[in-house]
Amino acid sequence: MKIGVFVCHCGTNIAATVDVEKAAKAALNLAKVKFSTTYKYMCSSPGQALIKDAIKEKGLDRIVVCACSPSLHEKTFRECLKESGINPYLLEIANIREHCSWVHRDRETATRKAIEIMKLAVTKVTHNRPLEKTHMPIEKRVLVIGGGISGIQSAIDISFAKFPVVIVEREASIGGRMARFDKTFPTLDCAACILTPKMVTVAQNKYVTLHTYAEIEEVTGHVGDFKVKIRKKARFVDTSKCTGCGACWNKCPAKVASEFDLGLCKRTAIYTPFPQAVPNIPVIDRENCLYLKSKKCGLCQKVCPFGAINYQMQDEIIEEKFGAIIVATGFTQFDHSVYGEYGYGKYRDVITGLHFERMANSSGPTGGKIIRPSDGKVARDVVFIQCVGSRDEQKGVSYCSRLCCMYTAKHALLLKEHNPDSQAYVFYIDIRAAGKNYEEFVKKVQNEYGAVYLRGRVSRIFEKGGKLIVRGADTLSGAQIEIKADLVVLAVGLIAQNDAAKLAQMLHIPYDQNNLFTEAHPKLAPVETITSGVFLTGACQSPKDIPDTVATASAASVKALGLLVQDQLEKEPLVARVDKNLCSGCQACIKACSFNAIETKEVEDRALKRKRTVAEVIEGVCSGCGNCTAVCRMSAIDLEGFSNRQIMEEIEVL
Amino acid sequence: MKWFISHETIRSPFLKTLEKDCGEKISHCYQCGKCSAGCPISYQMDYLPNQIIRMVQLGMEEQVLSSKTIWLCASCLTCTSRCPRQINVAEIMDYLRRRAYTKHMTPPGEIEVPLFNKIFLRNIELHGRLFELGLIGMFNLLSGKFFKDVALAPRMFLKRKIGLFPHKINNSKEVKEIFKKSGKLGRARRDKLWQPKLLFLNLSRKLIERIERLK
Repeated sequence: MKIGVFVCHCGTNIAATVDVEKAAKAALNLAKVKFSTTYKYMCSSPGQALIKDAIKEKGLDRIVVCACSPSLHEKTFRECLKESGINPYLLEIANIREHCSWVHRDRETATRKAIEIMKLAVTKVTHNRPLEKTHMPIEKRVLVIGGGISGIQSAIDISFAKFPVVIVEREASIGGRMARFDKTFPTLDCAACILTPKMVTVAQNKYVTLHTYAEIEEVTGHVGDFKVKIRKKARFVDTSKCTGCGACWNKCPAKVASEFDLGLCKRTAIYTPFPQAVPNIPVIDRENCLYLKSKKCGLCQKVCPFGAINYQMQDEIIEEKFGAIIVATGFTQFDHSVYGEYGYGKYRDVITGLHFERMANSSGPTGGKIIRPSDGKVARDVVFIQCVGSRDEQKGVSYCSRLCCMYTAKHALLLKEHNPDSQAYVFYIDIRAAGKNYEEFVKKVQNEYGAVYLRGRVSRIFEKGGKLIVRGADTLSGAQIEIKADLVVLAVGLIAQNDAAKLAQMLHIPYDQNNLFTEAHPKLAPVETITSGVFLTGACQSPKDIPDTVATASAASVKALGLLVQDQLEKEPLVARVDKNLCSGCQACIKACSFNAIETKEVEDRALKRKRTVAEVIEGVCSGCGNCTAVCRMSAIDLEGFSNRQIMEEIEVL
Repeated sequence: MKWFISHETIRSPFLKTLEKDCGEKISHCYQCGKCSAGCPISYQMDYLPNQIIRMVQLGMEEQVLSSKTIWLCASCLTCTSRCPRQINVAEIMDYLRRRAYTKHMTPPGEIEVPLFNKIFLRNIELHGRLFELGLIGMFNLLSGKFFKDVALAPRMFLKRKIGLFPHKINNSKEVKEIFKKSGKLGRARRDKLWQPKLLFLNLSRKLIERIERLK
């Protein structure tokens, strides 16, 4: 065994604090080290050439590079070894930059520490085994969870590459939040006009399968081979027979508040959420249907000309396999009933931005009239309050919801267009209009549409003489302000879906304190998660407006396609291995594994002459975290590249 | 500064009439504060220039017109030249002064400023160009500060900064014609220059100073 040690200066990053020459000389005193040298930038082409030449000339077979963190250049040097004809896993990196030179000042002690770190690496490399990358097959299908604009965009992008996509949507139609909007900022395109063509594209696309009114029940498996159980909730309507003629919902006698219109109007128990629904097939709401509750109606079945109504329908669970999963579950609105000062629940004329959006929409509950929900009078003085729930650590969430500034500006504009003699008052803390043409849009609303922006939060809203009295302040002038308003619109923040945490646990992806899914890297891997094969798009990761959502949707699709186009998945061989002779079958490792990478297996025990259960690692799933090796009582599991023996010996030479 | 305003204040026509009269888009102001940051007189003002603009935006007419700030503005145009929203702040101050003056809302401590302006205009009307000695003399006389800056007079005279007699211009009739035609400004001439209130104020101030010095 001939070990070569290469010490990097990293410019002055290392050399200024560590005496690299001394370290290189000290390396020669270690057992089996046959060669050592230093170079200014070991990662540069000449630096790599130095290693290659040394391997050729001195016949080195194991390499230690004393440089920066292995997360940065381990791959570079492994490739370098491979090109020289040595197994790339016979390399160790001694991190003498982040762990030594950057955190110390005294040159002498830092040098001593660098030599110690080098010693550990040399000891470890002597026990490295040559390893080969493993390969696994890929199921060439993508699952998109959520049928909002981000899910739709992802599905369209993937279908372009001719890979099959399945969209699972919880509600009766795809379209999500965007289907509820009236106009979109800053160009004021009608939301339905730009969304519905995409919805239709998805529905007609032969590569896309839609599962609406369905939910994810269980996810197992791993990248390239996810096994997903999907619960298709009973619609009570046969999708193959229904034509969406509307005879059933015209006759249905049960009326309940419409979720799609946020309770501003009623819907029937058999319904499609909105006129442009895709698919345009109704569902029966089992909680409110008179027949399903008490067997006392059955009107829809009688009037259906196609016999599509089937009250005996049951939930159906289907199991499918996918290579990659795109999570596009979106957001929900902050519930502002915690704000007593805004009197929600008490006052019907205090509404949220989404209510306003529905009112402004011509197919909405008021037919495009902006009125007071309490008495139906036209709203003249309208107060908009921003940052409701956002940027409030006491009652809401600490983050900025990013789009409330913009949608409030849009609402102020729509108000003026619908009711020309109206006046908008916007209470804001900061105006955050960071986007292309966003600032210009806000300025237009202020200058051309006369919206009065008041800098401050509202302290109280109360009812007096049929009007809402809004008390606030304008900190710019120092004035307290009292406005007699007809309508108050709260710009409530965006928060994670109520069951986001449950889904994250199912998918093994991390989520933050606000239940928003966490990306693999906030800057350089914004749509990936640390679970390979699972990608994020849209507002389930952080509040996003439509342009950003569409951008992340396309980004996530590209990432998913990048996986699918490979013939086989390449996998790092640094995984756990079970010694079946030692394993007692206690299954402690199965509980410890957070990746579901360990299974049980029956083996024939020759000594006992009977079968017994042992653990087995699925190489494709194992990420090499080492949890199982720590819990194994029998020391039967060992991690390649970080074996128990290697670690013990490292400790011994210290 | 403590004010209480209602939506009626905000919906008052003050802002709109102002924007119409002086052609400045005050609603464009986004309160960056650059006007106040560069203002050389701001240390003397009761409200900073940006606060005045904000109060105009919110329709707080009474507070704006009775403020000292509009009278202290020296019209140096630093604010105007620096405004990123292209608002002519000095022009607005000028407009507010005229409005305050016509509505008799000048604060008592700042009567000297309109008096000075009036004497100045009178001076121009008479001579066609500024007659410094006449202006100083008239102002001292009417403001009750009889000997203000008198010690400077000989040196100014020797340096030819002030003359004993006014210089006439060729067509002084035309200047008078201009004054006659410019309605609002012309009115300033017809107003009485005699300000007993101011005279009393300044004389009593001087008396108090004397008494304090005697102590």
